[in-house]
Amino acid sequence: MPDQLFGIHGASLALRSQRLAMLASNIANAATPNYKARDIDFGRALDMAAGSGDAGAAAAAATAYRVPTQSSLDGNTVELSTEQTEFAENAVGYRTTLSFLQSRVATVMQAIKGE
Amino acid sequence: MPMSVYDIAGRAMSAQLVRLNTTASNIANAGTLSGSKEGAFRALKPVFEAVGERPGVATVRVNAVVASSTEPTRRHDPDNPLADRNGDVWEAGVDGAAEMVEMLETARQYQNNVQVMQTAKTLTLDTLGLGK
Repeated sequence: MPDQLFGIHGASLALRSQRLAMLASNIANAATPNYKARDIDFGRALDMAAGSGDAGAAAAAATAYRVPTQSSLDGNTVELSTEQTEFAENAVGYRTTLSFLQSRVATVMQAIKGE
Repeated sequence: MPMSVYDIAGRAMSAQLVRLNTTASNIANAGTLSGSKEGAFRALKPVFEAVGERPGVATVRVNAVVASSTEPTRRHDPDNPLADRNGDVWEAGVDGAAEMVEMLETARQYQNNVQVMQTAKTLTLDTLGLGK
């Protein structure tokens, strides 16, 4: 029932939040030798989550290693410019989903109150 | 409890702070003299290590602080009170330029983690305000 109420946005918010943690990990490990950056393919994860309804499993299945534009000597594949861009994009996406949810809640509240 | 964005960014900030402390002691000790090669100061370097619980979600910690392999430089200075029998003193093995670069990089990466935490905080507060 909650899936019908919020549509795809519930799964989307969960995936955005998991991706936020993953990108934060990449930024935190920007100076760790041999750290391999990972990211969630958001579009693919959302398709899977919409089908199965399990956001956690979808995020795990759509996680892949980042391919660096230039390799570094210490084996670290974090490129701060890429990570920061993706982080900002993801934060805006989270906000967007949040505002969709907000208006949905407002609509339902209006229907309940009958104003 | 699973690792949150606050854990990740917070622990990364303290690791960067350890790095900044080692850089500060290296710069403070640059140019100090010693009467022997063994007694001369060598630059300290933190060794970062990823700490993760599930794939892709990991923070960082300082595994160890080791003395670098930069050799102290020998200088002939017979008038120095620290000079050994040959009239040599040993200058700390610190690469000043490299330490300055390290300091800038540390500051930048610390700022990045602050930014991450700030964004996560705003998003969490927005989520808490949902439905109001």
